Amino acid sequence: MEHDYYRSAALSLPEAPRVFAEQSYVVDIPDQHKPRMGSCGIAGCINIDGSLISGAKIEKMITTMSERENGLGSGFVAYGLFPDFAEEYCMQFLFESEEAQELTEEVLGNWVYMIKDEKVPTYPQRSMNPPFPLVWRYFVRPKKGTEAYIRTGLSEEDYMVRLVMSINDAVPGSHCVSSGKDMAVFKGSGYAREIAKFYDIQRYKGSMWLSHSRFPTNSPGWWAGSHPISILDWSVCHNGEITSYGVNRKLVEMAGYKCTLLTDSEVVTYLWDLMVRRHRLPVTAAAFAMAPWYYRDIERLPDEERRLANQLRITYKEAFLNGPFSILVGRSEPAVTMIALADRKKLRPLVMGVSDDGNSVYAASEECAIKSVQGDASIWATRAGNPAIVKVGEGIVRRGTEAPFLGAIG
Amino acid sequence: MRPNIKIPEKYRVVIDNDACISCKRCIKECSYGVLDFKDEKVKVKDGCVSCLRCVIECPTSAIEVSEKPSQFAPHAVFSPEIRRSIISQANSGGVLLSSCGANAEYMDIFNDILLDAAQVTNPSIDPLREPVETKTYLGRRPGKVVVDENGKIDLDASETPIVVMDMPIMIGHISLGSISYNAQASLFRAASELNIIAGTGEGGLHADFYPMAKNLCAEVASGRFGVTSNYLREVSCVDIKIGQGAKPGHGGHLPGEKVQKLISETRMIPLGTDALSPYPHHDIYSIEDLQQLISVLKESTEYKVPVGVKIAAVHNVGAIASGIVRAGADFLTIDGLRGGTGSAPRVIRDHAGMPIEIAVSAVDQRLEQEGLRDKVTLCASGSIRTAADMIKCIALGADVVGVCTSAMVAMGCTVCQQCHRGACSWGIATQRPELSSRIDIDIATRRIVNMFHAWNEELKEILGAMGIDSVESLVGNRDRLRYIGPNPRIAEILDVKHSGEGWG
Ligand code: SF4
Ligand code: SF4
Repeated sequence: MEHDYYRSAALSLPEAPRVFAEQSYVVDIPDQHKPRMGSCGIAGCINIDGSLISGAKIEKMITTMSERENGLGSGFVAYGLFPDFAEEYCMQFLFESEEAQELTEEVLGNWVYMIKDEKVPTYPQRSMNPPFPLVWRYFVRPKKGTEAYIRTGLSEEDYMVRLVMSINDAVPGSHCVSSGKDMAVFKGSGYAREIAKFYDIQRYKGSMWLSHSRFPTNSPGWWAGSHPISILDWSVCHNGEITSYGVNRKLVEMAGYKCTLLTDSEVVTYLWDLMVRRHRLPVTAAAFAMAPWYYRDIERLPDEERRLANQLRITYKEAFLNGPFSILVGRSEPAVTMIALADRKKLRPLVMGVSDDGNSVYAASEECAIKSVQGDASIWATRAGNPAIVKVGEGIVRRGTEAPFLGAIG
Repeated sequence: MRPNIKIPEKYRVVIDNDACISCKRCIKECSYGVLDFKDEKVKVKDGCVSCLRCVIECPTSAIEVSEKPSQFAPHAVFSPEIRRSIISQANSGGVLLSSCGANAEYMDIFNDILLDAAQVTNPSIDPLREPVETKTYLGRRPGKVVVDENGKIDLDASETPIVVMDMPIMIGHISLGSISYNAQASLFRAASELNIIAGTGEGGLHADFYPMAKNLCAEVASGRFGVTSNYLREVSCVDIKIGQGAKPGHGGHLPGEKVQKLISETRMIPLGTDALSPYPHHDIYSIEDLQQLISVLKESTEYKVPVGVKIAAVHNVGAIASGIVRAGADFLTIDGLRGGTGSAPRVIRDHAGMPIEIAVSAVDQRLEQEGLRDKVTLCASGSIRTAADMIKCIALGADVVGVCTSAMVAMGCTVCQQCHRGACSWGIATQRPELSSRIDIDIATRRIVNMFHAWNEELKEILGAMGIDSVESLVGNRDRLRYIGPNPRIAEILDVKHSGEGWG
């Protein structure tokens, strides 16, 4: 469960869905009697050899956990989607109106070269609540070398971050939901099965997929506020409630990010970008900052690691995500990578699985999601606050059960 | 007409002669000479300050002190307090002195702030069963951990001098001179035992206290009394005092009669001379000058300890604070207008400055806007009376709270506001040996330790209830506060939502 900062009308319960999850490990209870006890669900799959996975697989994983959602938001992210445009930033938008699109394209024209643009095919479902956004994607390259670009003094990536922040902040009805290379986010308001159908997720193939289904507590979901929440090549599916949000927001806002999505989960994405891309921290160190060990445990670490652990807690105390969470994080730079992390008490569930042949790795809130697509998977659980890292081309770099900073200290 | 008009007595002392056993203890205990023994009875004279020493020490509870019913004809504008001060000024022609913090009701905002708690969507934490951390750091933070070209972390380049404390609490600066040797010894020992920091106050460090220096913060005030390089190298951090909340813009004044052997040695000034610290530092007339002093102090402590700056909360506190951080301060202390003092002109104590609630939020917001907040430790003081105040102050933006008066109350102080007279019947704000010996260092230490320990437990309870398991996640987390007072504009300034407003 998460809370949502969206200012909006009172909570309206979704229409009773007409179809039940096709395949489910849960008993089919008529919807009106379904216990509303769930929480968000997260699921991810990645093929280590980089071979492509159909969207059907992730759809099955996430819908298997249908009891964890309440129809107020769901989403998918795929990596390795656009081999033909792997060098371009793929900016995928939700537009609430044609004016929003026009205005956005005007802004884009000033900032980037347009290599290609296309409408993203969508299929509104009768069970879903309109209005439906217009979904469009643009393959772009920053207008490097122009005077305006040079005047910003920003790196290429920060330039793109600023572009996304500016549009989301200033262009009404326009939401850039993903902006990385070789990846795209498909998300919206509805049950996971509805969103999957809306985007026809099965038409896409990627080397890695992450997905989220949502049980927000404070507001009806809104399209852009659904997960994954993405900036550049980062995407985050977050199941949790951040009790330290006011503190975390401070750090990312000081670093120039604008929190426009009105959900606490947004800061998680920006924290990863800040610490790993901009501060160049190893993933293990960034994960430690977000879910640090207790001091009493830090005491037991060897000298150098203890120093680092303390230094991370001092320096990045505003990055500490307090409260329960489990997150799946994806990125494509330098290689397509999945990171799975739970809070330091592990108050939210997170299990991992690997296929018998060792090539397909999974992460999910519940084991059933993994078993539903890979019956032979061997399952393990990450430890509290301990990241599992899986990379295309490298394999399982960490299982999430190891000592904190292997090889991170110079 | 008399040259001096008598100011009506404030308190009435009644001795229950049936209960009294004529032990005469109260007469010895009263340091203001109010009680006398005549005709086999305790007699009461004028001048009671309601310090309650006799009431508490009387073995048979025979003494009752109460406020005298209002003798002045009621008037909504000319309160008895105002009439008293006018008479007193007409009598003496002088500036009225007082002590402790501001005595004016309209300034308390802590009582208008409510805390949040976790329900359903995230679990609250029971601190008796699960760890809730209160470890706190004081000093400059690097902003980021340095990573070299090979992607390896360079710890040497990342570390800055930092002080580790077990609680987000610092015992504020109370100088030897303003309080007795025994009182200061108790505060310092308590700080060591709790592993927190205590301020030395202006006036150096007594030789006996050097063993506790690792838990002390040296104050460098405008008088520079007792400041030696040896002293600065022993302590854990150094604080440049620019101002104090109780008397912003003022210096210090320790009257000559208090400058006895002990004080004269520690402060390094001749016996019996007034110890006057100037209003400004006469080598700091600008922010550049402050920068130089910060550098000098860092240089003389070989960059091993954090150097901070303490200012009174004044109207432009946000901008001043950011200047101070840019000038190199590793930590910053803001002292609010209700902060205590051993002696201050009443007019400034009650009328100048800004409440700490507003100041700490303003500074936190300003440092955030300027991207400096993750580089510096923010300490806030000025009437942090209870754990609740401490928690609200942290949520408003402070990393560490400074506490003075409550620590003195733990030793016996009853906030009678007579510190400036040097006759504290509780042995705290005095240099008279027969009075200061009333403080038993072991017992007073234990009591201070008890109190802060209790505060820290209460902090953990609140954090746990909020679903937060480490105190840093509360710092400046104004989302978890709501305002319930009379003036919603204050809520806006505090950046706190009004009670009844949800997250959105
Ligand atoms: S201390 Fe109490 S019992 Fe003793 S003389 Fe005074 S009033 Fe009487
Ligand atoms: S320290 Fe002593 S004189 Fe000062 S207020 Fe407390 S009890 Fe009164």
